[in-house]
Amino acid sequence: MSLQSSANEPAIELVGIDKKFGAVHANKNINLSVGKGSIHGIIGENGAGKSTLMSILYGFYHADEGEIRIQGKPVTIRDSQAAIAAGIGMVHQHFMLVENFTVLENVMLGAEGGQLLAKGVAGARKELKRLEKDYGLEVDPDAVIEELPVGNQQRVEILKALYRGAEILILDEPTGVLTPAEADHLFRILQVLRDQGKTIILITHKLREIMAITDTVSVMRRGEMVATRKTAETTVAELAELMVGRRVLLRVEKGDANPGPVLLSVKNLTVKDGRGVTMVDDVSFDVRAGEIVGIAGVAGNGQSELLEALAGIRKPVSGEILIDGKPVESADPALLRQLALAHIPEDRHHMGLVLKFEEYENSILGYHHDPRYGRGAMLDLDAVRKSAEEQIEKYDIRPPNPRLKTANFSGGNQQKIVVAREIERDPKMLLIGQPTRGVDIGAIEFIHRRIIEMRDAGKAVLLVSVELDEIRSLSDRILVMFAGKVVGEKSADADEQTLGLMMAGIAA
Amino acid sequence: MKKTLLSLLAVAAMSTTALAAEIKPALVYGTGGKFDKSFNEAAAAGAEMYKKETGTDYRDFEPTSDTQGEQAIRNFASRGYNPVVAVSFAWTSAMEKVAAEFPDTKFVIVDSVVDLPNVRSVVYNEAEGSYLVGLLAGMASKTGKVGFVGGMDIPLIRKFGCGYVQGAKSVKADMQVFQNMVGTTGAAWNDPVRAGELTKNQIDQGADVIYAAAGASGLGVLQTAADNKKLSIGVDSNQNHVHPGSVLTSMVKRVDLAVYNAYKDAAADKFTAGVQSNGIKDEGVVAAIDDNNKALITPEMQAAVDKAKADIIAGTVKVHDYMTDNSCPM
Amino acid sequence: MSTASVPLPAWINYGVIPLLNLILAFFFSGLVVWAIGENPFEALNFLIQGALGRGDAIGFTLFYATSFIFTGLSVAVAFHAGLFNIGSEGQAYVGGLGAALVALSLDHYVPWYVTMPFAIAGAALFGAAWAFIPAWLQAKRGSHIVITTIMFNFIGAALMVYLLVNVFIVPGKMAPETRTFLPGGQLPKLDWLMALFGLKLGPAPFNVSFIIALVMCYLVWLLIWRTKLGYEMRTLGISPTAAVYAGIPYVRTVIIAMLISGGLAGMMSLNAVMGASARLQVEFVAGAGFVGIAVSLMGRSHPVGIILAAILFGILYQGGADLSFEMPNITRDMIVVIQGLVIFFAGALEYMLRPAMVRLYQTARGK
Repeated sequence: MSLQSSANEPAIELVGIDKKFGAVHANKNINLSVGKGSIHGIIGENGAGKSTLMSILYGFYHADEGEIRIQGKPVTIRDSQAAIAAGIGMVHQHFMLVENFTVLENVMLGAEGGQLLAKGVAGARKELKRLEKDYGLEVDPDAVIEELPVGNQQRVEILKALYRGAEILILDEPTGVLTPAEADHLFRILQVLRDQGKTIILITHKLREIMAITDTVSVMRRGEMVATRKTAETTVAELAELMVGRRVLLRVEKGDANPGPVLLSVKNLTVKDGRGVTMVDDVSFDVRAGEIVGIAGVAGNGQSELLEALAGIRKPVSGEILIDGKPVESADPALLRQLALAHIPEDRHHMGLVLKFEEYENSILGYHHDPRYGRGAMLDLDAVRKSAEEQIEKYDIRPPNPRLKTANFSGGNQQKIVVAREIERDPKMLLIGQPTRGVDIGAIEFIHRRIIEMRDAGKAVLLVSVELDEIRSLSDRILVMFAGKVVGEKSADADEQTLGLMMAGIAA
Repeated sequence: MKKTLLSLLAVAAMSTTALAAEIKPALVYGTGGKFDKSFNEAAAAGAEMYKKETGTDYRDFEPTSDTQGEQAIRNFASRGYNPVVAVSFAWTSAMEKVAAEFPDTKFVIVDSVVDLPNVRSVVYNEAEGSYLVGLLAGMASKTGKVGFVGGMDIPLIRKFGCGYVQGAKSVKADMQVFQNMVGTTGAAWNDPVRAGELTKNQIDQGADVIYAAAGASGLGVLQTAADNKKLSIGVDSNQNHVHPGSVLTSMVKRVDLAVYNAYKDAAADKFTAGVQSNGIKDEGVVAAIDDNNKALITPEMQAAVDKAKADIIAGTVKVHDYMTDNSCPM
Repeated sequence: MSTASVPLPAWINYGVIPLLNLILAFFFSGLVVWAIGENPFEALNFLIQGALGRGDAIGFTLFYATSFIFTGLSVAVAFHAGLFNIGSEGQAYVGGLGAALVALSLDHYVPWYVTMPFAIAGAALFGAAWAFIPAWLQAKRGSHIVITTIMFNFIGAALMVYLLVNVFIVPGKMAPETRTFLPGGQLPKLDWLMALFGLKLGPAPFNVSFIIALVMCYLVWLLIWRTKLGYEMRTLGISPTAAVYAGIPYVRTVIIAMLISGGLAGMMSLNAVMGASARLQVEFVAGAGFVGIAVSLMGRSHPVGIILAAILFGILYQGGADLSFEMPNITRDMIVVIQGLVIFFAGALEYMLRPAMVRLYQTARGK
């Protein structure tokens, strides 16, 4: 089937697209042809130029050179309105929805059809019904967006595009925010759309998704389109190698754990969130020196709050946290850092980093009172920059420029900044949340190796991740959280199905 | 009464124009701005009056801050303007400095005293004027309650209020007088909305005559009183015409005369320095009665005002001036 | 969306774009001047001459600028910690009380240079005290600082009028103000500085406070970019969640930032009270606190930018007064319109020209 669909006449063709931002060559002479009625994957590391290319297609940027052809005809896409008119619809990684509008209102937004709403509303409702029926996109048109689960919000984005007559649908990292079940549902929708003749371009860095759903796949690396393959004729290993430009180990190699004494201990911990809902419910466990304890679970089952409580960011309602057998008196991140507890937070954009800071400023976040960064009240910038440069070199942070704004680093390199900062301090305990979320394959491998090294150096590591693969490949013991409780413990070799059932709260 | 005064002045002016030397008069307003329908506008009217009679044009300036006021006075003096009249007590220190720098220029300050050989200081006995309008208010009030709305809470305005209270209580010892100030910043001179609210409040408490001593804010008092079919009293300029039939009278400070006389005296080479204190005796403060409010003033009221004037001039009635001891006996 | 993230070199960002904004502001001001029947070029000439043409004109311009530097720094320091301090006006007003108390109690006994350090401390202390309650309410109770500082401007004005009318007034004097300070309580003028450039200061009240203001600029720069406290303030200002993660104490940082901000605002009174009028007067701040917001905005909260923006506003104040003096048709309200246009173009519309500049820059680079 994949062979046939790509053999169809092309729905969209890119010829010699070139784009520079100052010294950065984001897209180099890109050629791409996507057949009508097919799903085409574009894969590449963060910063490879995927997003730039799609932004050109959607009229956010203008290519310096090259041509875009839709259904064989050259088009100029000046802005997103022109892209919509050319039949291109885009589903962004971060949804562009008005949170307190209903589904129907969001779908209509910008396509109301005249000054008076009533007529447009009736028409839109009818059209929405038809789209639902044709493509299996069930959403209540009168539901308010902010009350919908993330997966349904994404469906609204797709409906929005279809409502505007999109024939070509671009999805940018669509599964980043979805649970595995929601992701499966999305894929089924995409298949229906393809079978109905729509053309779909799927941008992702997850190899599994590419293999599962696409007909053809292109790989981008450093602004170039390095290869295009029929999905059926390639392998995960080949794609990974094409992406990174060298052979990569997809499975982390590690020896047996050598657990020592208990360093971090949690007793009957209960944590509530800002609204007063109990998120962590009477949880107890230990983490020993020289082991990695993984906490598995579907997002939103209390892992984030647990991690925040351990890091001193969130005050527990009851229960105890003991470090080296001594209870921690108050919820204070600064105090915990002094007790040699490091924390790589789940959300590097809002917690781990100040994106507007230059890189070197982030390299001391939380450790800025360390006397080696200046005595008394003053900050010794030379010392800070020197240590930042050392971290950059040791952790291969690119570009190696401590004066660059942190927001301008790729996701993987941003995460490396956080990892470098937290590990360099030689902590005794390490809390890690979603270490590889939004991180490219090359960096994932690097970060995973560092985590194993920490374990082998006798540190107590607590790992929280919603990527079950990651938990299974790194952890020595696995705790599964569901609805705020630890519902069971398994060894590292537990099979995926057992864990999956536990995560769904079905079996213990 | 005012008309006769004006025509007298006009005759006097015409007789002197032939002798008058050409002068370059200047005028610096207070920070309230030229068109406040009150104090500054009265000063402007004096300058206009002189211009109409002699054809001599004048220059004026509206400063927005204390520093600008000093600059303006100095600018006029350094460019040969003479005499330079500055109205408002706010220019006291500025006048002290600049007048010392330009000993050959004649200066006039209104509402304050600067003790220099080339400065004429024109002050008014607002306590006496306010006493008169307080008397009228007391007699016109049917409820036995009258109001006072001041602008910014400074001694000068308290002086207005104190004289007014004395006048009102001279009618009836148990007369109730509500007193409010619009505010504590310069904005209080230019906030008719708030002044109107205060007026409404006083009316709700039973006041039926309200005296505004609040610069441009006073227009809000006059408006609110007219809207509620109550009486009001204007200040500084004759404001009787603003709402005929509702403005009982106006406590007029003849600032226009101060400006006009300064120019005329300088032109006739009769300029004198020193303090000019204007009370009831000198017709410097007047309770204005004209065609607009004639109907509101009964013969008894007219008689009472005339008697009070005579008593004050004779010294049998003494109106306490708040600013002599920063307190009001009432 | 497309152009906002494209980096432009600093000379365009901080040089060309502000300059173009300023030219646009003057162009539209010129249209307004033309519309009321005056010659805009003549008006511009009066404005520039009035602000920079003579020694005393420059003196007045820098005198105004000095006040704006203090209030601009005040707004900027709070802004770096993510706090919008609208209360510089009131803090400066109350700061004047501190300066005046020092001057009144020392001027009989010691020369000005002995009084000065105490006066700086007094002004800063009183300004900071006036910022403390809103800061505490924000830090502990979450009351929005914008609201509380605005309210404190009014409370401050009422307090000062009360004190001046009832406590400090010289008996028998018309104006509610303190007695005139003796030379020991005054900050001397900077005649010598102007003389270095062959200019005569004349009567302009340009005084030692200007040098204090420049020193404060340096200290603020040091604080924000070279100290741990400044680092914590910036972290909190940009990303409150990252500040929590880093263990930066919210209550302490908010209160300290506001105390510094209030202290800087309070020091503005050195210029007006001890430098110019040599007495504490009602309303001496005259809006400088609010101008400080515009100055800080235009100066991008950086001391160097603040100095430049403060001088620009000094030019507008001094030149504007001179302009309306020379052209009576241009009333003081017109001057406010022109000042408004400058704030509008240079502050609020900062990003209006950016996309065009990005395109221009890229074309120039590409070809």
